[in-house]
Amino acid sequence: MPDYSWPPMEKRRIVGKRTSRLDGPDKASGKAKYPSDLNPPGLLHAVMLTSPHAHARVKTVDIAAAKKFPGVTAIRVISGPGTEVQWAGTEIAIVAATSEAIARDAVALIKVDYEVLPHVVREDDLGKVGNRAKAAGEQVTGDPDAAFKEADAISENLYSIPVITHCCLEPHGQVIAMKGDKVDYWPSTQAVSTVGGDLAKYLEIPASNVHVQMDYMGGGFGGKFPADRWGVESAQLSKESGGRPVKMFLDRETELTIAGVRPSAFANIKIGAKKDGTIIAWQSQSWASGGFGGGGMPPLPYVFNKIPNYRLNHTAVSINAGSARAWRAPNNPQASFLTCSAIDDLAAKLNMDPLDMFLKNVGLTIRPDTYRLQLNKAAEMIEWKKNWRPRGQNKDGYMRRGLGIGISTWGGAGHASKARTTIHPDGSVEVELGSQDIGSGTRTVISMVAAETLGLPISMIKVKIGDNLYPVSGPSGGSTTVGGVSSSTRKAAVNALQKLYDIVGPILNAPPDRLEAVDGKIRMIGNPDKGMSWQQACQKLGVNTITEMGENDTKRTEGLNTGGASGIQMADVSVDIETGVVKMNKLVAVHDCGLVINPKTAESQVLGACIMSVCSALMEERVMDQQTGRVLNADMEFYKLAGIADIGDIVVHMDITPDNDKRGVIGLGEPPAVPGVAAIANAVANAIGVRVPSVPLIPSRVLAALNGRRNA
Amino acid sequence: MRGVGLSGGVLSTGLLEQEAQAAPPAAPVSGPAAVPITLRINGKSVNTSVEPRETLLDTMRNSLDLTAAKRVCDRGTCGACTIIVSGKVMYSCTMLAIDSQGKEIETLEGISAKNHPIIAAFVANDAQQCGYCTPGFVVASKGFLDKHPNPTYEEVKKGLGGNLCRCGTYMGIRQAVVDAGKQLKGGRNA
Repeated sequence: MPDYSWPPMEKRRIVGKRTSRLDGPDKASGKAKYPSDLNPPGLLHAVMLTSPHAHARVKTVDIAAAKKFPGVTAIRVISGPGTEVQWAGTEIAIVAATSEAIARDAVALIKVDYEVLPHVVREDDLGKVGNRAKAAGEQVTGDPDAAFKEADAISENLYSIPVITHCCLEPHGQVIAMKGDKVDYWPSTQAVSTVGGDLAKYLEIPASNVHVQMDYMGGGFGGKFPADRWGVESAQLSKESGGRPVKMFLDRETELTIAGVRPSAFANIKIGAKKDGTIIAWQSQSWASGGFGGGGMPPLPYVFNKIPNYRLNHTAVSINAGSARAWRAPNNPQASFLTCSAIDDLAAKLNMDPLDMFLKNVGLTIRPDTYRLQLNKAAEMIEWKKNWRPRGQNKDGYMRRGLGIGISTWGGAGHASKARTTIHPDGSVEVELGSQDIGSGTRTVISMVAAETLGLPISMIKVKIGDNLYPVSGPSGGSTTVGGVSSSTRKAAVNALQKLYDIVGPILNAPPDRLEAVDGKIRMIGNPDKGMSWQQACQKLGVNTITEMGENDTKRTEGLNTGGASGIQMADVSVDIETGVVKMNKLVAVHDCGLVINPKTAESQVLGACIMSVCSALMEERVMDQQTGRVLNADMEFYKLAGIADIGDIVVHMDITPDNDKRGVIGLGEPPAVPGVAAIANAVANAIGVRVPSVPLIPSRVLAALNGRRNA
Repeated sequence: MRGVGLSGGVLSTGLLEQEAQAAPPAAPVSGPAAVPITLRINGKSVNTSVEPRETLLDTMRNSLDLTAAKRVCDRGTCGACTIIVSGKVMYSCTMLAIDSQGKEIETLEGISAKNHPIIAAFVANDAQQCGYCTPGFVVASKGFLDKHPNPTYEEVKKGLGGNLCRCGTYMGIRQAVVDAGKQLKGGRNA
């Protein structure tokens, strides 16, 4: 069997070099066509009618007037009479028309009669949710009661982090055309190879009848895997409109209401330690809601999961709100925030520097050496020893400055992926995968791996992704893409190269296993003069091409990729105690992700994840209104995201070392999105001297904490 | 009120607030049916017909296949639909197409056809991930550089406060705008 292993670090020419993303020019010049940009001939536009009620039974749906409206080509009732609607925004009916304005006018003519039912849309007060709470069983290890008696210091507090949304800039949706039982499908998706099958299941047609194509997509963050009702219904509208393509993208309000959320997490945490900082006991009563389906159980205690004595209780709460979807490192940012806040508060009780506390307890994690190194590295980057003061002690007029720590862990091994490499007689090379580039730089990574393997410049590799006719490659979730596509591409390219060696070897009078592909040449190992150019070698193919497959087998990755990524982030903030405004000074991020194929785009992933953490720590929250049962801030004015002036400085350190490199490729999309909220929340506590227990740390909450009140 | 942080949107636009003045009255057209209009886009006259209620953004995207400007918030908050109208940076989702007659409209399609250095600077600094906010940012950056050549980081932060990115590409954008500014200045002095 050929040797697929990565070339040694010092011999790599392309992998590991900072490379600008290949689709950068198309994106920055506006040429990149996203699914929502497509205008195929005969295009129709669809608009949905959604429920204004959080809990109701549909009594009647009258579409007669809408059906007759000029320009309407098809109309479908999605939730017919008798349907129990469980959240506001539930899809009731959908209209296709010759323009979006006409479809909207027609939707306004649909009359729906509801029997309104009682709803619960807030989970912050567990006492008010009644039978919506569902307790998971208690988990006990060791003897927490005895351990708390032995503890020299105990900290107890209630912390919370709210529901947030994905707020993808390109909303969920698609352009779709269905003729007979064949579908052409241009979705904004994280799952080119699997979303067609999902759609086909609901349309009751063979999966192979659905042709999925997507060159670009405007953000997913875990929320864009399924075909969704609007995809299925739009296909039916197309069919009922004679196969004309139908465009349907959610409007912003609907996007923020039903297209997925990150679950909240609330936890009463009691944590105890010995005088020297050694944590010996943990007890938590947590609850969370991700919508009607409940969901969202943060893994507590996070990372420090070898605390010898603990008692865990968790309650899932079902509320009448749109359901949860995977959101960049599901449950991990919440767990990191809850755990690191508790540890930081305990350190304050012991009058201990939290950095020493984290270092003291790395033995309670599964990767003590890595976390120790990363804590020290991040501390050096943020000048912890110079800049840290005990809580509330770093004052300058009304400004208070503080530092804080957050921690992360993640898997990130490669998903199942197949790649096909074709070498043409003219020397050009194609690499095909049914994968997708969701903004993480996947295209670029694939081309770099193929170019490295074949000894060619990147410009000679044509990467073809975004089509489900290409070999199946997994969805982009769980930070699995880079490990999957790099491994399958590597293997396909090695396999193709072997075939080329078999042809060229006899011509060069050299055994095929003594050849190498370097700098655009095929030559004999150790005898660089004996060889020929890549072009000459490929000409020997005559009229044939070489086409070879490569597969990342998740059970046997042969060292090409693996999982297990650690990270530490530290924040430096200033807080104005008169206004309660938190200002980011700096966020430093130290992450390992094994062999880094493209440090430039990898760094961008970390920077972006840090900025998302700033949003979540300081401003982001989906606010539900118990009175109306609806989202109060389903627009981008009041659903706050950080702007370019809000983020301070962000400094990234990727642990690129021979030891980490040997582990193979590890995904990076999610781990850096985990520790930032914890780091910022702890920095604010350090700055102002008291804990602000609920994120986002908006001014009213900061001021309330300063005034000794719990809630703002 | 909850959820009201300090960032984003028009609250922090500074420059854009000042520049996004109301447009002068448009040519007399009325609806409700579609009416023919002529727009000046990227130096060319374009005829189309629109319902009076149509935004310039929707007209560009749906009728003229000018899709660089994106529809994201559709409420004048995020800047993804940014264009330049008679020299001013505007959100095209807040303008009606019929009101846009008689103005010089510049979109990213026009800016990229002229090979403005801001585009290469975005690429070199990896100032895009998914890329959906990128066209709006590039246009806002170009409009900002037109008025503030060779800016500092602090000026860039203020000048681009009217655009939002979800992937988190702000670090690259800051650097890209500063780099492009230097090139523009070099170009003029060369």
